[in-house]
Amino acid sequence: MFDFAIVTSWIDQFLRSFLSAGWTLFVEFVLIGLVILALYAVLALLLIYVERKVCAFFQCRIGPNRVGPWGVLQSVADMVKILLKELINIKRVDPFLFKAAMFLVIIASICTFGALPFARGLQTIDFNIGVFYLLAVSSLGVVGILLAGWSSNNKYTMIGAMRSGAQLISYELSAGLSLMAIVVLSGSMQLSEIVNQQAEMWFIFKGHIPAFIAFVIYLIAGHAETNRGPFDLPEAESELTAGYHTEYSGIQFGFFYLAEYLNMFIVAAIATTMFLGGWMPLHIPGWEGFNQVMDFIPSVIWFFGKAFLCVFLALWVRWSFPRLRIDQLLNLEWKVLMPISLINILLMALLVL
Amino acid sequence: MKLINYIANIFIAIFRLLQGMYITMLNLIRKKVTEQYPENRGKKEQFEQMRGQLVMPHNENNQHKCTACLICMTNCPNGTIQITTKMEMNEETGKEKKVLDTYMYDLGCCTYCSLCTWTCPQDAIEWSQNFEHAMFTRSKLNIRLNKEGSSLAPKNK
Repeated sequence: MFDFAIVTSWIDQFLRSFLSAGWTLFVEFVLIGLVILALYAVLALLLIYVERKVCAFFQCRIGPNRVGPWGVLQSVADMVKILLKELINIKRVDPFLFKAAMFLVIIASICTFGALPFARGLQTIDFNIGVFYLLAVSSLGVVGILLAGWSSNNKYTMIGAMRSGAQLISYELSAGLSLMAIVVLSGSMQLSEIVNQQAEMWFIFKGHIPAFIAFVIYLIAGHAETNRGPFDLPEAESELTAGYHTEYSGIQFGFFYLAEYLNMFIVAAIATTMFLGGWMPLHIPGWEGFNQVMDFIPSVIWFFGKAFLCVFLALWVRWSFPRLRIDQLLNLEWKVLMPISLINILLMALLVL
Repeated sequence: MKLINYIANIFIAIFRLLQGMYITMLNLIRKKVTEQYPENRGKKEQFEQMRGQLVMPHNENNQHKCTACLICMTNCPNGTIQITTKMEMNEETGKEKKVLDTYMYDLGCCTYCSLCTWTCPQDAIEWSQNFEHAMFTRSKLNIRLNKEGSSLAPKNK
């Protein structure tokens, strides 16, 4: 399997050959930043296209099919449109917080990209507390959402932001606890270590029933954290016009939109890394020929394939179920998901012992 | 007992949710219903009862069935149909008879209520399935239904 560390270390040596150590680091930081931003934008466009197509298929429609073959350029056209739109200045908003909120939301979701292992050797920074970092950073976005709701000086945004805060704080618990089950199983919080341990068998198979329960709970909780699907109370358009981003226009709204889609991908990517083996190919112990064939598929394809499978699950849920009421939402978390995930950790601990 | 109910409820909920997801999955793989209009132009069969545009069918000898009884014109709620008649000498009997001169149909006024076709005693007018009515000028919507030089078809005996 191709190791991307060869490419990255070659670039590192190439830069070191004519730059000092400090400048090399600086150039590498800039390069990585550019690559992550480009990946972010491309993934967002791809996800918006996938979302619209899958949504259309669930409703027996065809979806975007006019711009480019099968409408693949539709989201690019939409991006150009949203970039050209006017930014409306709203009176009596808190100008600094109003402008800062969207950047907080988008920075929070870009930061997670730094720690995700996309392929063999393709990980920007390998923290020894990677899981902790992912959880911390991915839930930072709620600060931006709360600021957006508060600074817009509008009752709808305020209610939307409050709902979003309540939702994210409660669902963060069971998301964290279900990831903790995997940390118990692997005995490490380092993402590269977790992925390497899944070389023979993915954790969802290795961990038997507790891992599967943790996987399902993580998908539900993560889905709720992204404010989508049946948990889209913060932006329930029938009740709150557009929730916390009611007052935003043009690319300011676009940032929120982008962050929402990327959060969906990030949840899928974390679920892939923790439960479905990250970039590791599907290996079944004892089937040597099968394992060899699977090794030929590049690790990038494995990672993105599994992540998009999780994204499809999220879309499937989103277009199947009606929106929950706020008390149902909190009941589901505090009375069902959290007790189950606590018991699940106990089960996992017994299994590891 | 409460605990058993709690656990049973969770399993029932999971089952119900899976049922819902199964139904949406059936929708996903079902045939799509969207019509891609300009591409499938002329390929798509319209419904038989569709009221597209009023037409007067003519046979191969350029003969129609309208006897100019004016029932359709009187029945039309908003004056869509304007019929002018003329007197024509019948060679066989030597008597003058009222025949249809022009049958003007204003598509822009028509509400497609179908009172004209229901009340026509001769079944001389009917609906076609043409629905592409857009024109650049209003006058083009004023259509003459009987063709130039057409005459009344002889009755089948």
